[in-house]
Amino acid sequence: MTTPAMLQSPLREHSRILGLGAYRPDVIVTNDDVCQWIESSDEWIRQRTGIVTRHRAKADVSVIDMAEGAAREALKQAGIEASQLGAVIVSTVTHPYATPSAAAALADRLGATPAPAFDISAACAGYCYGIAQGDALVRSGTAEYVLVVGAEKLSDFIDNTERSMSFLLGDGAGAVVIGPSDIPGISPSVWGSDGSKWDVIGMSRSLLDVRSLSLDAEAAGSLAAVAGEFGDSEQKLWPTMRQDGPSVFRWAVWEMAKTAKRALEAAGLQPEDLAAFVPHQANMRIIDEMVKQLKLPESVVVARDIAEAGNTSAASIPLATHRLLQENPQLSGGLALQIGFGAGLVFGAQVIVLP
Amino acid sequence: MASNEEILAGLAEIVNEETGLAPEAVELDKSFTDDLDIDSISMMTIVVNAEEKFGVRIPDEEVKNLKTVGDAVDYIAKAQA
Repeated sequence: MTTPAMLQSPLREHSRILGLGAYRPDVIVTNDDVCQWIESSDEWIRQRTGIVTRHRAKADVSVIDMAEGAAREALKQAGIEASQLGAVIVSTVTHPYATPSAAAALADRLGATPAPAFDISAACAGYCYGIAQGDALVRSGTAEYVLVVGAEKLSDFIDNTERSMSFLLGDGAGAVVIGPSDIPGISPSVWGSDGSKWDVIGMSRSLLDVRSLSLDAEAAGSLAAVAGEFGDSEQKLWPTMRQDGPSVFRWAVWEMAKTAKRALEAAGLQPEDLAAFVPHQANMRIIDEMVKQLKLPESVVVARDIAEAGNTSAASIPLATHRLLQENPQLSGGLALQIGFGAGLVFGAQVIVLP
Repeated sequence: MASNEEILAGLAEIVNEETGLAPEAVELDKSFTDDLDIDSISMMTIVVNAEEKFGVRIPDEEVKNLKTVGDAVDYIAKAQA
């Protein structure tokens, strides 16, 4: 059969980040606050994680609220109206509805309707996954401008008395607008997954577990009567974040250093070509060890937003980039290597021209 | 292939580099956590460096069983055999 000729989207050669925005919620949680919930000390937490404070959102501030704050700043900096957006992507693992998406609500609030809108679940790699998709959409001609947001309210999914992870986590949102460019602005993304390590970071239980436990608790007349089956440390019904810290650390440093090197190679760059390195802000020791493994020269500015913001999952890279540019405006136009990695396990890395 | 004495010396060097502890403090009967005050994250760094130095593989689930310096030396010696 003969195929009638049809049109496909005309390709674009280059894309880049045109604008960046951040939203940092206003509740500051100090290490001394954390020490009310777990037996530790300010010194221990600083030494082990590099974290001094983390920002957390109040009960009435949602993932969508934070995403909106960051998105408005990114649109303003890009000089783009929301109505020009060809897609809205929100990367989050803490929007508390499996459906509908945070992105659809965000698009509507911004005035981007009827732009396609969807959420992606790639945890701490979510922002780099979003950049990979935004870049592809713009260069394939599918969209002219794409909003990519990493937004997390991890404080809704932590157990303050739990020691593996909760004390590391903070809330926030970062957003960028990606659009057409005359020069290469986003290098080939090196991204992937390793589901064989599905259980090393993630929620303590599924929503189905929550449902059956709730029913059991109702029948038994108390939650305490049923929650014990999950062990003493998981007395609470609600799913919260957990990790096997040492395994994650090993993977994050040595495997991810290889991924970061591959991203540099894919970009055709040497470490000395970089102006900045913006790794996912998981733990200062991961950052320090990665810098060592990558043999980055002193001239490369390393983002260390974690000290003040904690680990904000999908929001951490854009938040850290935002601080980096506020503190070092001369880096604008320079090249930054960014790498996200986390629950899945998933990872993504690329070099971008800083807006 | 390294003798147990050589493995101990190599391990002491790695521990020294990660923690600043004097190599002679790294003795076979010392516990990594209780005696040498090495936390789980530093332990992973030591393990990865030991893997590289001795050409062995020490999986995550084995690391938990390496309580003392002697456990690590034995594991590496066996893995090299």
